[in-house]
Amino acid sequence: MEIEFTLNGKMTYAQISDDTTLFQLLRTKGCYSVKCGCETENCGLCTVLVNGKARLSCSFLAARANDCEILTLEGVKEKAEEFGKYLAGEGAEQCGFCSPGLIMNVLAMEQEEDHLSEEEIKEYLAGNLCRCSGYMGQMRAIKKYLSRGGHKV
Amino acid sequence: MNHQMRTVNTSVEKKDAKALLMGKPVYTDDLAPIDCLIVKVLRSPHAHALIEEIHTEKAQNVEGIACVLTYRDVPGKRFTMAGQSYPEPSPYDRLILDKRMRFVGDAAAIVAGETEEAVDRALRLIKVKYQILEPVLDFKTAKDNPILIHPEDDWKSLCPVGADNKRNLCACGGEEEGDVEAALKECDYVVEQVYHTKANQQAMMETFRAYSYLDTYGRLNMVASTQVTFHVRRILAHALDIPKSKVRVIKPRIGGGFGAKQTVVAEVYPAIVTMKTGRAAKMIYSRYESQIASSPRHEMEVRVRIGADKEGILKAIDVYTLSNTGAYGEHGPTTVGLSGHKSIPLYRTPKAFRFQYDVVYTNRMSSGAYRGYGATQGLFAVESAVNELAEKIGMDPVKLREKNMVREGDIMPAYYGETLNSCALDRCMARAKEMIGWDKKYPRVDMGNGKVRGVGVAMAMQGSAISGVDVASVELRLNDDGFYTLMIGASDMGTGCDTTLAQVAADCLECEVDEIVVHGTDTDVSPYDSGSYASSTMYLTGMAVVKACDEMREKLLKKAAEYLSCEKETLEFDGKRAFQPDGDLEISLKDIGNRAMCFNEEMLSAGASHFSPVSPPPFMVGMAEVEVDKETGEVELIDYVAVVDCGTTINPNLAKIQTEGGLAQGIGMALHEDITYTKKGQMMQNSLMQYKIPTRLDVGNIRVEFESSYEPTGPFGAKSIGEIVINTPSPAIAGAVANAVGTRIRELPITAQKVYEGMKK
Repeated sequence: MEIEFTLNGKMTYAQISDDTTLFQLLRTKGCYSVKCGCETENCGLCTVLVNGKARLSCSFLAARANDCEILTLEGVKEKAEEFGKYLAGEGAEQCGFCSPGLIMNVLAMEQEEDHLSEEEIKEYLAGNLCRCSGYMGQMRAIKKYLSRGGHKV
Repeated sequence: MNHQMRTVNTSVEKKDAKALLMGKPVYTDDLAPIDCLIVKVLRSPHAHALIEEIHTEKAQNVEGIACVLTYRDVPGKRFTMAGQSYPEPSPYDRLILDKRMRFVGDAAAIVAGETEEAVDRALRLIKVKYQILEPVLDFKTAKDNPILIHPEDDWKSLCPVGADNKRNLCACGGEEEGDVEAALKECDYVVEQVYHTKANQQAMMETFRAYSYLDTYGRLNMVASTQVTFHVRRILAHALDIPKSKVRVIKPRIGGGFGAKQTVVAEVYPAIVTMKTGRAAKMIYSRYESQIASSPRHEMEVRVRIGADKEGILKAIDVYTLSNTGAYGEHGPTTVGLSGHKSIPLYRTPKAFRFQYDVVYTNRMSSGAYRGYGATQGLFAVESAVNELAEKIGMDPVKLREKNMVREGDIMPAYYGETLNSCALDRCMARAKEMIGWDKKYPRVDMGNGKVRGVGVAMAMQGSAISGVDVASVELRLNDDGFYTLMIGASDMGTGCDTTLAQVAADCLECEVDEIVVHGTDTDVSPYDSGSYASSTMYLTGMAVVKACDEMREKLLKKAAEYLSCEKETLEFDGKRAFQPDGDLEISLKDIGNRAMCFNEEMLSAGASHFSPVSPPPFMVGMAEVEVDKETGEVELIDYVAVVDCGTTINPNLAKIQTEGGLAQGIGMALHEDITYTKKGQMMQNSLMQYKIPTRLDVGNIRVEFESSYEPTGPFGAKSIGEIVINTPSPAIAGAVANAVGTRIRELPITAQKVYEGMKK
């Protein structure tokens, strides 16, 4: 089938099969920041924004993206870089494979929620697995990032 | 020469941080050619079987299929997938495809095609008739079992490790000092217990993957997510039975390794497809495959006997380890050694010790290297036994350790007789105690709401590289304008060695980290390095960097003397220029670099290899505070403190993240990550849905500090950090649970069910 959607601000068309996932489609469109870590909706590596909401692209049928606005990290470079600097400042990116998915979910969280406690942040991001960092460095970076405007987490 | 620390011991950001964070296409699958063949493997549904017939015609006829390979199509020379220095201690017991299936998931056929759909369809159309054999699933019955996993006559062990395929033995051996039985008899207190750890998965976020193609010269090029680039070259040459000169291996960025990628898990499959078809081919392991057919930690059962006198002075330690290498022997003979060699030497007092082991084949997936490499298993056992001994004596387990722990200057008979030149274990213990508030919390605090909090302690050590075996090399070049290229053979797998090695070079050459361009790793270009494993990169490759930089400084002075027409001995180099402290002549590094581009016949490059006769251990202390629900047995980790002595921390931020990450993995092993099998040998935890690696809600609060010693044989006093950090959580958390509710869990993971059942007894 043919679908049309906005990918990182650009009108895009694609010829897809019924069972093509959004993850597969995005990789063919050159969005290499989108990774797959599990196939079972457990790891969060494939997180992208669909109409502003964080979604796991590995289990989101591409057909459902018709008429949607899709954002991957490639489409939010400036914001991603701003938060990314805090992660790098902690050395918390390590292998980096889970970073794009985490960054997308942190940006979604920032958009949706205000004044989250540390525990609430952990709950919001619980679906973003990381095997390198032990999460503590990520939390230090997230807190510094969210409090950059003077607001304390 | 002595170098001042300027960037060493500071938290320089990783050179590749921005590319990694911004999702740049820098990993294996991002770089594979768009038109490369998709490679998949048909896997055995049986734990033990022989292929009687295999029909591939229908599969071959599927549109878009390039090749279907079976055991008839592969070279008949056995090899090992273990990424170790040659001759490998691991036996040569594999073929790329074999007639005999040795575990559920073993490779029965390889299919390559234009699309994933075509390959999946072809896989379903291969018809295999198996002769199903009785498997050996319980590793306690494997030794001398009449059912043999490797009855074949061309099975081969290259090293004297006590291997015997006719007894299902991948290795066996032991050592003893003093009279253990007599010493134990004289003890006032003796603990004898058996501890069991599971075949945990490294579960790095990027699964196993590799792609290959033929280059301009018709050579096999392999781009692989690997920790052991040079070993991959050798192993592929062995597996394919082609000269090593026909293979090139390139490592891009790696999405985590933890030892998993010290085994050539995926590479052989695309490699043989490329050799057969001449086409580029890629193999991307699914998470399912990564769980069922990869290279997890060796399951071990460790029996410990440990005795002390009335004062709590240890008199004897006796360790017997039974290790399950699974269907193939990757890292089997070597991991087991660490279960004794990295646990017994933590204690200086016992005059007698014994360490014996058997490593057996079974019809389970092959094991491999996983951070800690046997030390993790041994330390769970020995440190748990020490905690049990403390309870038996009625002594604080911290105090028992303070009386017996190894100290700087000690000679360690159970650690190859090495002298301990750097050790801050005592300071680590003191600081950890302070951080967690041990004296106030030990042994337990009843919360009054049905919940009890307990604290537990464990110590750990590891090595720094494999002494006398591993080799690291680097090459350093001066370029125009005076910047340097540092060619390394070590593999940065996210740990940051491209950056930390540049920090070492920058301080040796008195320049900025940005003036060191690091390149790694490509076997056609990089100097030989055993690879990034055995906690070796900073200790070994770091020293090679120091040596190469010193040689470069000499060469720069010689060149400067030539340009200035003066004696070399009158010159000094300060990183920016060569100058005469007692004269007027000077030339900038920039000018040396640029002038050397003309009328020059001496290349300004320096190369150094390094090996070490010793493997100085890093040390650490971990303390856990848990809360146990007395009604349900549920264990919640409240706080984990760790104090590490890794010598000088080259990059404190990265050392801290290594520690926090290793602790989280260790916490997963202790509390969540189970491996179980069906009666027929199918592994149950075959996805991240069942195999529960910790989320950020499961790790409690992790707090890390460093107590540095100075290791005279390491670069700027550094030892290692990569592996040791996974070792303390299991024994410390088990100890905390025991202190909270009196239940000793000796088989990991420590689940609510086990604690509940323990409390009922």
